[in-house]
Amino acid sequence: MSEMTYAQAARLGLQEEMRRDPTVWALGEDLGYEGGMAGQYSDLQAEFGEDRIVDTPISESTIMGAAVGAALAGTRPIAELRFSDFAMCAVDELVNQAAKARYMFGGQARVPMVARMPIGIRGGIAAQHSQSPEAWYTHVPGLVVVTPGTPAENRGLLKAAIRCDDPVVYMEHKGLWGAVGEVDEDDQSETPLGVARIVREGSDLTIVSWAAQVGVAAEAAESLAGEGVSVEVIDLRTLWPWDRDAVMNSVGKTGRLLVVHEAVRVGGFGGEIAAEVAEELGVPVARLGGERIPIPFSIPLEEAYKIKADRIAARVKAMLA
Amino acid sequence: MNNETLVNEPARVIAMYRKMLVIRAFEEAAGENFFAGNVRGSVHQYIGEESIAVGICENLRDDDYLMSNHRGHGHSIAKGAHPRAMMLELFGKEGGTSNGKGGSMHIADFSVGMLGANGVIADGCTMSVGAAQAIKLLKQDRIIVNFIGDGGINRGPFMEALNWAKVYELPVLFVCENNQIAATTTTRLVTAGEGIAKRAESFDVPAVTIDGNDLFEVDGTAARIISEIRNGSGPQLIQAMTYRLRGHFAHDDAGYRPAGEAEAALKNEPVARTETWLLENGLKQDELDRMRAEVDAEIAGYVEDAKQAPWPHPSLAFTDVQDVGAPNVPEAAR
Repeated sequence: MSEMTYAQAARLGLQEEMRRDPTVWALGEDLGYEGGMAGQYSDLQAEFGEDRIVDTPISESTIMGAAVGAALAGTRPIAELRFSDFAMCAVDELVNQAAKARYMFGGQARVPMVARMPIGIRGGIAAQHSQSPEAWYTHVPGLVVVTPGTPAENRGLLKAAIRCDDPVVYMEHKGLWGAVGEVDEDDQSETPLGVARIVREGSDLTIVSWAAQVGVAAEAAESLAGEGVSVEVIDLRTLWPWDRDAVMNSVGKTGRLLVVHEAVRVGGFGGEIAAEVAEELGVPVARLGGERIPIPFSIPLEEAYKIKADRIAARVKAMLA
Repeated sequence: MNNETLVNEPARVIAMYRKMLVIRAFEEAAGENFFAGNVRGSVHQYIGEESIAVGICENLRDDDYLMSNHRGHGHSIAKGAHPRAMMLELFGKEGGTSNGKGGSMHIADFSVGMLGANGVIADGCTMSVGAAQAIKLLKQDRIIVNFIGDGGINRGPFMEALNWAKVYELPVLFVCENNQIAATTTTRLVTAGEGIAKRAESFDVPAVTIDGNDLFEVDGTAARIISEIRNGSGPQLIQAMTYRLRGHFAHDDAGYRPAGEAEAALKNEPVARTETWLLENGLKQDELDRMRAEVDAEIAGYVEDAKQAPWPHPSLAFTDVQDVGAPNVPEAAR
C-alpha cells in the first residue's frame, strides 16, 4: 500500500495501461512540460515519447475528433480536455460522432476512447472553469459516464475506462486532485464500471452521491450518527450505467432516498435516480443540488453555492421527522 | 483531355468508366426511389462529380482509409462498398450496410477502409487526422483520404485539421470537391479570400487545383500525390473543380440557379467526357451501350432486391448502442 493523491493515482493507472498496451495514447494541451493541469501526466512524455503523450494546439474540436478517428483506426486514445467547460467546444465530436459511430454504421465501428474532462469547483476559477455538466452526457446513448471519487478508484476506474470498448466520458473532480488515499500498487485490477461503492452503512436513510460531494455527504452522516441517525452513503462512481441494484437494495432497506450532487439541481442526474426509485419503490425521495446559477468567483459567493454538510444533515432530519 | 498518363492503359480507363456508370446509375435509382416513396429522408446525389471519387480511389489500396461526407454514395462505391448493400441501406432494409440503422448519410464499409459517410459537415476532417495519427502510431503505411465540399471550408474543424495535419506531418489527403455551391448558397458569396487552396497553403499544406470532371487529370494527380504522401510528404490537398448537376438533395429542384446553367454544364460532365475519349480511342459505340445496359440492369437488380428484402426486426433498434450500460429492449420490440 502507498499513499498517493487522486492525481498521482490517475497518473499511475495511465502509466500502467500505456505499458500494458502500446495502442493506448493521450492527446491534449500541455501534457508534456506541464504534465497536465494537476500533474496527472507528469513525466509520461519522457517515458512514452511525443507520439504517445501528444502536446496539441488549442483545438478542442480536433482533440476530440482526432480521438474518434484514431479509435476507429485501431488505437485507444485518451482525449484530455482539461476542463469539462472547454470540452463543450467539442460536444459535437463527442455526441454526434463518438457516441453514434457504432450504431449508425450498424456495428462495424467501435470507438474505444476516453474523453477526460474534469468537473467541479476547485476554488476561485469561476463560471467557465467550475461546472459539473455530467448529467448532459448521461442523456446521450452510446456514452459511459464515470465520476471517480477517491485516489484508488481514480486509478482503477481510469484503467477500466481505457480498456472499455465504448466511448467513456471520464470526469475527475478538480477539488479532489490533492486528496490523499491508500492505493495498492500491486493490484493491477480495474474498478468495474457501473458498480457503486457503499461508503458507509446505515439503516434510516440512503444518500446517493458522487465525486467530491461524497465526502461532504459522509461528513453529514458522521455528524448525524452522533445524534442517533443512521445514514447509508453510496458513491455511484459511474453515472451511466448507474448501479441500480445497489441503490434499490439500499433504499429497500432504509426506506428513504436523498440524492446530493454539486451540479445544478434542475435537470441534474439526481432527478433521474429519484424518479426511478420513486417509481419502483414508492418511498419518499428528495434531491439536493446547486441552485441554478453560474459558479461565482468571490469566496463567500462560491461558498454560498456549495451544498455543505449541515444542509445535508438538516434535510435528512426533515425527511425523518 | 489530358490523356498522356493513361493512353496505354485502356482496360484501366474502361474499369474506371464502368465504376462511374455504376455511381451514376445508383444515384439515378436512388432519386427515382426517393420519389417513389421507397427511400426516406435525404438523398444527396453525386451526379456530375463521379470522376473525382473514381479517379482518387483508383489510386488507393484496399487498406487505405477514406472518410466521406453527406454526399457519400460515390465515395463509398469507388472505395469498394457494395452497391447492393448500399441500396438495401437506402431502403432501410436488413442486409443494408448498417442494417437500416444509418441510411444514405451513414453508409460505411470498414472491410474496404470506408470509415463512413457523415451528416455533420467537416467533422470528417478532424476524424481523418486522428485516423492518420493512429496509422503513424501503429507504423502502418496506409494513408487516409478525406473528402470535403467547398461549403465545409468555412467550418472551424477544417482549419483546425489542416493545422493539425501539418504540425504532425500526417499521411492525409484532403480532397475538396468544389461544386461551388453549399446547399443553396453560392460558396463564393460567403467565403472571404481566395478560398480553399490558399487556405491550405497558409498552413504550408501543398494544394493543387484541378478539373475534377477530367478523369485523367484526377487520376494522374492522385497517383502522384498519393505516392508522395505514402512516402512521407505529409498532408496535401487537391481542389477538384466540379459542378453539382442536381439539387442539394433529391427533393431540391435547384430553382435558385440561373436558368440554363445546369444545362450548359452538361457538356462538361465527366461521364460524357470519358465516353467521348473512349470512343475516340477505339471503343465501339455498341460496346459502350452494352456496358451501360449491364450496369443499368445490375442496379435495377439491386433495387428489386431492396424492395424484396425484409425489414429489420424492431429489436435491432436496441443493439449496437454500447456494451456497458446497454439499453433494454422494450417488450413490444422483442
